[in-house]
Amino acid sequence: MSLYSFGLEPLSCHAWNKDRTQIAVSPNNNVVNIYEKKGKDWVKIHELTEHSGRITGIDWAPESNRIVTCASDRNAYVWTMKDGLWKPTLVLVRINRAATCVKWSPLENKFALGSGARLISVCYFEKENDWWLSKHIKKPIRSTILSLDWHPNNILLAAGSADLHCRVFSAYIKDIEDKPGPTAWGAKMPFGEVLLEQKDCGGWVHSVSFSPSGDQLACVTHSSSVIVVDAAQSKQVTQLTTEHLPMLSVLHVSPTELMAAGHDSCPYQFTYKGPGTLKFVKKLDIPKQTSKGSMSAMQHFRNLDKRATEDDSNELDTLHQNSITQLCVVSGEKTKVEKFSSVGLDGAMVIWEFKVSDFTLK
Amino acid sequence: MSKNTVSDRFRKVDVDEYDENKFVDEEDGGENQGGPDEAEVDGLLRQGNMNGALHAVLKNPPINTKNQNAKERAELLVVKVLSSFKSSDIEKAMGSLDKAGVDLLMKYIYRGFEKPSDNSSAVLLQWHEKALAVGGVGSIVRVLTARKTV
Repeated sequence: MSLYSFGLEPLSCHAWNKDRTQIAVSPNNNVVNIYEKKGKDWVKIHELTEHSGRITGIDWAPESNRIVTCASDRNAYVWTMKDGLWKPTLVLVRINRAATCVKWSPLENKFALGSGARLISVCYFEKENDWWLSKHIKKPIRSTILSLDWHPNNILLAAGSADLHCRVFSAYIKDIEDKPGPTAWGAKMPFGEVLLEQKDCGGWVHSVSFSPSGDQLACVTHSSSVIVVDAAQSKQVTQLTTEHLPMLSVLHVSPTELMAAGHDSCPYQFTYKGPGTLKFVKKLDIPKQTSKGSMSAMQHFRNLDKRATEDDSNELDTLHQNSITQLCVVSGEKTKVEKFSSVGLDGAMVIWEFKVSDFTLK
Repeated sequence: MSKNTVSDRFRKVDVDEYDENKFVDEEDGGENQGGPDEAEVDGLLRQGNMNGALHAVLKNPPINTKNQNAKERAELLVVKVLSSFKSSDIEKAMGSLDKAGVDLLMKYIYRGFEKPSDNSSAVLLQWHEKALAVGGVGSIVRVLTARKTV
């Protein structure tokens, strides 16, 4: 585990480049900073300043080396590297509310953008006119889209929304791709088709994640629960209510292991092996063994008087000192993630290691 | 100044009601949920079967119904059962509840806090402490985020 602090401002979102030598982060304002790893430090090499509103989502396409950013100014830009500088191209997303999240599809020929306008904008590049176009998915979304994740087949899109539902849509764009074959989620997939509507997940659905095969969908909600929908087992739903604070981000690190993190400031590991077997495994953070220096009797009683506690430290015993907002894979295949990163409201980025031997076969 | 500034009745109009995009919760048929069975619970209390009374009162919660009377009756019944426990028995009783039961009990406890009476707050606080030990902050979060509450 290694922690790097990018300052005092919360980090709203982050994205890695292909070889993980560069990271794009936004310090809770309208600017995206790109840092490059130089030894043990991260040095700022670029600043992307086209947005006028707070940046809400960044995604970096590894193969085509393009960055897409979206902000609360209702815009999205696709950035391409030209002569050592990042040049923005405006995307016509046609939304009248803030954008909330953005994700490149696995083949990087399109990206999905969630917004507060109760719709998802699927954007693709049209060569004839040399610009980015968008198609909207509106029905039956009834509130802000909070999170998106693409299925490995590049067609299906999972969306978690503030209307307490988690849905899987088809984002098939016939102008740029071939008709998809049937999957466990369904066979007919015209654009905008709803293949799964998981109703009333208990709270806002903060984050969704497809398993590496695409057959399971995990989501975390504001009611402190984790839900897994299994398409391979006729869309059976398994729900686990936890006794922690709500999670804000969930990630599959293997076909059966899930990492989720959120307001408790540390990642938790869950395991799912089939319907009805969703279990909490462990907390990943090891509490620091703080060596408490000898406190004078005066200090002891002063603490008791002022704060009703004998503790003198104001720190949490987790690596992150505030909520974790996003988890991202750093190294390893989707089926065997070795390292993943987390950013939080404390302005720090932590890289966690996940060992395959961590999941015990009982 | 124009004449319109004389009346300020427009300030009392609830504009959210006229919003065509207003989020409306989905209706679930909850007309059959009348709340826990009073006779059964009273019987168990009189027999001295505390744990049984607790389980009985947590059955059939009036979650989906819009009938406020049913909800109030259920709440009063729950507070009655919780008050009749001895402090030392609370922890054992918590151990006999499953996760859903703990969440439901938390909902009743917070509902009870809303309308304090006599000794109810002290009793509810004791139950709250024990329920928190079992359910964690997650159970309180679920009280706050639940759209349909007891």
